[in-house]
Amino acid sequence: MKFKGRILKGIIYIILSIGAVWSLMPFLWMLSTSFKTPAESIQFPPTWFPKIFTVQPYITVWTKIAFPRYIMVSIIVSIAVLIGVLITSLLAAYAFSWFNFKGRDTLFIGILSLMIVPIPVYVVPLFILVQRLGWIDTFQALIIPWTASVFGIFLLRQHMRTIPKDLFDAARIDGCSRLRFLFSIILPLIKPAVITISIFNIISSWNSFMWPLMVTNSDKMRPIQVGLAYFSQGESTNYPALMAASTIAILPLVILFFIAQRQIIESYSRSGLKE
Amino acid sequence: MRKFKEFIYPLILLSPALAILLIFKVFPIIYAFRLSFYDWGIAGERGFVGFLNYVYLFKDPFFWQSLWNTFMYALFAVPMGIIISLIIASLLNRGIRGLGFFRTAYFLPVITSIVAVSVVWKWLYNPQRGLFNYLLTLLGMSPLKWLEEPRGIFELLTGHSLPMLLKGPSLALFSLVLLSVWKSLGYNIVIFLAGLKNIPNVYYEAAKIDGAGPISTLFNVTLPLLSPTTFYVAIMTTITSFQVFAPVWLMTGPPPGGPLGTTSVIVYYLFQKGYEEYQVGYGSAIAFVFFILILTITVIQKTVLEKRVYYEV
Repeated sequence: MKFKGRILKGIIYIILSIGAVWSLMPFLWMLSTSFKTPAESIQFPPTWFPKIFTVQPYITVWTKIAFPRYIMVSIIVSIAVLIGVLITSLLAAYAFSWFNFKGRDTLFIGILSLMIVPIPVYVVPLFILVQRLGWIDTFQALIIPWTASVFGIFLLRQHMRTIPKDLFDAARIDGCSRLRFLFSIILPLIKPAVITISIFNIISSWNSFMWPLMVTNSDKMRPIQVGLAYFSQGESTNYPALMAASTIAILPLVILFFIAQRQIIESYSRSGLKE
Repeated sequence: MRKFKEFIYPLILLSPALAILLIFKVFPIIYAFRLSFYDWGIAGERGFVGFLNYVYLFKDPFFWQSLWNTFMYALFAVPMGIIISLIIASLLNRGIRGLGFFRTAYFLPVITSIVAVSVVWKWLYNPQRGLFNYLLTLLGMSPLKWLEEPRGIFELLTGHSLPMLLKGPSLALFSLVLLSVWKSLGYNIVIFLAGLKNIPNVYYEAAKIDGAGPISTLFNVTLPLLSPTTFYVAIMTTITSFQVFAPVWLMTGPPPGGPLGTTSVIVYYLFQKGYEEYQVGYGSAIAFVFFILILTITVIQKTVLEKRVYYEV
């Protein structure tokens, strides 16, 4: 029985390891190729590790292409969208959970129902709107349409509702204004929800592709994913440079992932649990 | 003053979010619906045409092909994604050592950008120099054309050419399915792990007392109690599968959607018509058919969930 159990454990570890290798292999191959010379990268059979180790692909990507600029655009857009979403969601969630006004629940359901409309449905008219506003190839186009989040409003409202109302009365007696109450008392209490929203937002802003592809047309306004996409079309055979560019494009989120792994996985895990 | 407190103040709080949502979401949605009844091409708006865009759409073979490809993509991506992640999640749930490492490894593809992984996978799939073909030759198999192969996967497996309904997705489309299964694996595992943790231990103890073996426990305890989670994962994967776009744009062709249009999916077709060719009216009609598909899936989810696919604990 004990022997049988050991074999079973062994099989489990083998299956899990195969899965892990399959998950990581594309990244390892990307890294390995990114340190090769172009000639070595297209050798067949390929080498597992670079025989001639070179960082030239990274230098090429960093100096010859507007990569530093792409990254800066992405950082600016991600931060600006995040700030916008947090402010609009906090205020709206506060109104929905702490105030009683006519039509509140109808309005809330109306907003929630927007969640089922995927972006491709309205992306073309949105493009036309942004074009008419004269925002093509500007930061406004990349940032402003995404500064309100239905999911953000929903999640913050759910958390704010759990805070006992007595707190407010106590704070009022101490002469605390409504806005100060939101930022100095409610905000610290709903920190986990704010972190979850921030994580989802940073990840989706950094990785967003279709929209920036549509509204940017100069190299100086392209976020990293669009820059990488065009680079991959132009330099489709310089594999080390392509892999170096991909590594750079995913690195910031991978670093964030290793710093905040627990919060990130928990956020995703909770998002799947139905209340 | 009371009126201010009760109505105006919350309205001020709501106004930033409402303004953004109204201008950049509600308005474009309504506008898209309206546009789908207009002839609007490169030359600009040329008037109301009723259902003409929809009539053309239903006669458009490329539209039907992209719809078919989308269904094929989902038909393979959803069950494969569920089965693989369910197996791995249930193994991870057996109190093994190194859970943290495995979870990290599986989760890494989830947070990485679809653009970067498309670039990397295109390189892996390269017919002449790619790692996948090298691995196949190591295993003694003949190399494949992957993203450049228009033949259906069942045609390749059987070696005969088959009719439309039987040939399955082209290997090119199936290559995109593999990428999507790989990318969403970690997310599904995390959701399944949460679902598995929610099954009370008493059920397993009761099954043990009744003398149920591991297989019987799996089919009579774990799977039924996990069904709401499985259903949620199935719906989410279906909805995301219907929206696949970036890998088609980045990995297939040129032109994207190839070979022989076998990887042209509905969102790509919408992008091609509505944005690249600037046939805004026609593109909006595609957008609305797409929306109705997503809506149908959501409604199915609601009705099935309300019927409770699981047994109340």
